[in-house]
Amino acid sequence: MATTRPLPPLTRRRAGSERSIEAFLFMAAAVGVLTTIGIIVVLGYETLQFFTKVSPVEFFTGTVWSASIKPYQFGVVPLVVSTLMVAAIALVIGIPLGLLSAIYLAEYATPRVRTLVKPILELIAGIPTIVLGFFAINFLTPNILKALIPSIGGFSALSAGIVVGILVTPLIASLSEDAMRSVPRGLREGAFAMGATRFEVIRKIILPAALSGIMASIILAMSRAVGETMAVVLAAGTNPNLTLNPLESVQTMTAFIVQISLGDTPADSIQFYSLFAVAALLFAMTLVLNLLSDWIVRRFRNAYD
Amino acid sequence: MSITRSSRVAGLALAAIVVAAACSSSGATTAPASQAPASAAPATEAPASQAPVTGDIVIDGSSTVYPITEAVAEEFQKANPGAKVSVAFSGTGGGFKKFCAGETDANDASRPIKTEDKPDAKSEATTCKENGVDPVELQVAYDGLTVVVNPQNTWATCMTTDELKKVWDQGSTVTKWSDIRADWPAESIKLFGPGADSGTFDYFTEVINGEVDRSRSDFTQSEDDNALVQGVAGEKGALGYFGFAYYEENTDKLKVVQIDSGAGCVEPTRETIASNTYTPLSRPLFVYPSMQSLARPEVAAFFQYYLDNVNTFVDEVGYVTAPADILQKSKDTLAAAIAK
Repeated sequence: MATTRPLPPLTRRRAGSERSIEAFLFMAAAVGVLTTIGIIVVLGYETLQFFTKVSPVEFFTGTVWSASIKPYQFGVVPLVVSTLMVAAIALVIGIPLGLLSAIYLAEYATPRVRTLVKPILELIAGIPTIVLGFFAINFLTPNILKALIPSIGGFSALSAGIVVGILVTPLIASLSEDAMRSVPRGLREGAFAMGATRFEVIRKIILPAALSGIMASIILAMSRAVGETMAVVLAAGTNPNLTLNPLESVQTMTAFIVQISLGDTPADSIQFYSLFAVAALLFAMTLVLNLLSDWIVRRFRNAYD
Repeated sequence: MSITRSSRVAGLALAAIVVAAACSSSGATTAPASQAPASAAPATEAPASQAPVTGDIVIDGSSTVYPITEAVAEEFQKANPGAKVSVAFSGTGGGFKKFCAGETDANDASRPIKTEDKPDAKSEATTCKENGVDPVELQVAYDGLTVVVNPQNTWATCMTTDELKKVWDQGSTVTKWSDIRADWPAESIKLFGPGADSGTFDYFTEVINGEVDRSRSDFTQSEDDNALVQGVAGEKGALGYFGFAYYEENTDKLKVVQIDSGAGCVEPTRETIASNTYTPLSRPLFVYPSMQSLARPEVAAFFQYYLDNVNTFVDEVGYVTAPADILQKSKDTLAAAIAK
């Protein structure tokens, strides 16, 4: 029965330096929190200014967006629909590619293949998104999409969606693979012992067990796709068109923000405030998605210990 | 002990690197400056008698005038390595907002500065004056606003200004080519044009739709004319408009539309633009330095260089050179402004 000896008391100098280190680390954490609070305050204030000039009803339900050409109309529905359409196409590409890569890496790949393939997959996440945008506009659309669908234009939601899908694949693959690898070996080995094939084990044991992690990765990928800017601006164009046809050129919320920022807008014009309103809406959407992903992980996590 | 010794070595190494960097960079700036007059750009007669200037010059404005100003800036910077000229293209209107706020030294413009005050908006000239910025108007070239379609568009070889108005006017419901002329195919129209900050937009809407900034709003807007070229080249039913230089650079990707303003179909060429036969889409291009910026020697030197050499660059870029008397008038205006 060991009794723990009390630690020797800190000398005054060491206690002082301990406290200052703690204060310094606290300040570092506080910078992040304060920045977020600052962003929320600025967005909120300017958005309120916007809503004194344009009615929220018109903003949220209007179907025409004409921010620079008179008569000004600020219906955000075309921008939101375009953003969701591009994100949906991105998920259609990213989920199968990401999930299947994750299953391969977690269950089938030999350790040697894994050390080779996993870094290459994560390399895709490191490609600057503007480079992916150029890839879409200069290679994907003229050579591949035009060959498959001759009626497609130079800018389209499909092209943007494909490129953003490539972008989120490593995100889904990486997080899903981590989720799958954290399923305890005992479950796997028990299933094998009962005569299940490898694929049956994956389908019936691993995927359901890792489901919360996989779903969280999908929602994070969606939030990334919604917020993606440069690749979408280049590939989808700047036409605020309300359509569900992915072959047409559309303008997402992020593309609108870029368009107005690149031109010049005086600080008290309605376009300036519309910028903040759209940014606030985007912020709110990604916040909801991130909170949802947190909640799913917590609610559906299976505790195996 | 070993910790303090290695940190001492690291500190010395760092100091040595910093000193070496400082020495080499100061060496680099003196050497090219002395060589500058000798290695002046071959295409132009750089004012060899003028000592190279240094300083920063910020220019923004029209994307139509941008290629000319950028070409001048490149050659000027070769002759004056200490000078840094940055040229952006936010659009004529966007550029004027920055210019009148004193954020830029000069504005490229594809239309004259607005002088008429409206009840809901002050004119650019008034805003500039209120902020203590005095613009100096220098006409540098002519441009023919070119209407283009996709090369696969075999039917639209000539359009009248009324048909253009039908397509582009505010509240236009034209969505197919057959809405313009019944015998044209029912291909859907995809429109590409500059945004509301662009002087090209202002000019086109004024001469075609009758009122500045009056236009339909459901088209792909971009101040970047290269994006518009890409857009028109990529869609069969596309229709777009921008400066002549951007068409000339991309004749393989685009098809030009002849314009009929009542006297027959006219194709934009240098001759028709300069002689104003290509009407109403021929327009003068301007650069507006401010008197305040011209007080700085590097800015004055840059604009003297600009006017002395503009014709070479205008030809290279693809616009139409202004006649000699107009250029002389610009040079005289500049000289007078610098003298003040």
